[in-house]
Amino acid sequence: MADQSHQAAALPLPARAPRRVNLNWLGVAPFLLFTLLFLIFPIFYLVDGAFRTPEGAFTLDNMIALTGPDIWPSYWLSIRLSFTSALLGALFGSLLAWAIHLGGLPGWVKRAFLTFAGVASNFAGVPLAFAFIATLGRLGLVTLILRDVFGLDIYAQGFNLFSFWGLAITYLYFQLPLMMLMMMPAMEGLRSEWREAAESLGASAGQFWRMVALPVLTPSVLGCFLLLFANAFGTLATVYALTSANFPVVPIVLFQQIRGNVLYNPNLGYALAFGMVIIMAFSNTFYFLLRNRAERWRR
Amino acid sequence: MTRFPYLATAVAVVSAAFFLVPLAATINFSLRMKRGEITLDAYRWLFRDDTFVSVLGFSAAASLAAIVLGAVLVVPTAYWVRLKLPAMRPVTEFLSLMPLIIPPVVLVFGYVRIYGTSSVLPLTMSEAGTNLLLVIGYTVLSLPYMYRAVDNGMAAIDITTLTEAAESLGASRLRTIATVIFPNVRSAIVSGAFLTFSISLGEFVITSLLNRPAFGPYLVQMGQDYAYQPAALAIMAFAFTWACMALMDFFATRKPGQGILPFIRRKTA
Repeated sequence: MADQSHQAAALPLPARAPRRVNLNWLGVAPFLLFTLLFLIFPIFYLVDGAFRTPEGAFTLDNMIALTGPDIWPSYWLSIRLSFTSALLGALFGSLLAWAIHLGGLPGWVKRAFLTFAGVASNFAGVPLAFAFIATLGRLGLVTLILRDVFGLDIYAQGFNLFSFWGLAITYLYFQLPLMMLMMMPAMEGLRSEWREAAESLGASAGQFWRMVALPVLTPSVLGCFLLLFANAFGTLATVYALTSANFPVVPIVLFQQIRGNVLYNPNLGYALAFGMVIIMAFSNTFYFLLRNRAERWRR
Repeated sequence: MTRFPYLATAVAVVSAAFFLVPLAATINFSLRMKRGEITLDAYRWLFRDDTFVSVLGFSAAASLAAIVLGAVLVVPTAYWVRLKLPAMRPVTEFLSLMPLIIPPVVLVFGYVRIYGTSSVLPLTMSEAGTNLLLVIGYTVLSLPYMYRAVDNGMAAIDITTLTEAAESLGASRLRTIATVIFPNVRSAIVSGAFLTFSISLGEFVITSLLNRPAFGPYLVQMGQDYAYQPAALAIMAFAFTWACMALMDFFATRKPGQGILPFIRRKTA
């Protein structure tokens, strides 16, 4: 709009000429209004509240309290769980992407995995929890087979589905296929000419991977790892259904706080939400940066 | 290169086992409602359960409403941005991707505070208002997918030429969008709609915190009260997700004007 008035001032227009007001922006007004009301404003409200006392004065106490003994264990638990499940997902997902694309397996294997991964990466939430209870729960099929056929009672060995490692394995069910799907473009971007060039220069397969393929793939792997991290960090329904909300990761604590102000300080709740947004925004931003870096090789 | 791919085979087999064993275990569990025999009783039990039918109906209605609201918001916006405001593209794209960064639990936290009891717009005070807020929440969650699907659909057609043709025939803006642009991106909308449907039908966080009698909270309740029915629900949810993804894929790759048949897909490279 500033440009318009500037132009109008610069050109000696006849006084009667109607000023052309650019109304094109009106076309996106409904969308902007909707996102403002139901996306921007709610977040702004929470961020604002995170820096205030219940009386409304500015304070940093809530943010400092996030690192205190009440809240910090939740964040640390969430970070460790998300890190573990993202690491496992990134590792096995990349390995699987390699196996089905470059491993010399028949084409139908790749198509089958891609189709299945599309479904499995979207199969999360409460039903996923049920599936793993039927698999690795106390009476799950795998638990019983291990106990009755192999004589290995995993629950006596200290395994518990409703614990850290149980959750990490459950998360892997959507993390692994997601990683595989996201690594596919990167794997397909590894041009066969590079391998041929390396071979004709006398490089071994190991040297090719160490000096060509891995450096090219690294930004993709790191970026996708961050996305998996964020994905796990925001997971709530699966944990809730598995542990009946008894596993204090950050989303669960926030859920309880919204339900019944368990922190006895609404502003601390806002700070908790703000911390979550920061972590999500951080991982997603670096994911985008790394993805752009990775796409350099595909132009 | 004639060597048998041992490592790749091992990786594929172990992964396939990891994917399939939980499904097999869940199917097995869902068929064991009667001791010592294979039975579909768990499924039968669910379809006879009045609550199951009513929560499913509620969730389906809310999801459909979210799809309609999403399409009404996204189609004109994506169209307008492509046609007249290419400079706005980064803004609308960023806004549409934001729900991927903001966890639903944070979003609904903001909603219950802003649109709660003592606000200017107390949506949660009435039944209808809360339902509206739920639909809005689903719409926001699906915004990234809807926007991407519709925008890809717009990229596949020449909207500038179509618009000029419609205008030279005397169509108004609204008429152009409704009768020219919309039919041409219908496949893209339907594709986005199936993803929206699969996200919102079993959505738990927003639904539960708004206290709606929908499918997500019902699932959790079933998990706490029963043993075999949840397994049956998980299998149905998996089948449902599969159907949604297949339909989404089908409509996303469909060219404008192409009929529903033949179902045989062209191989895409």
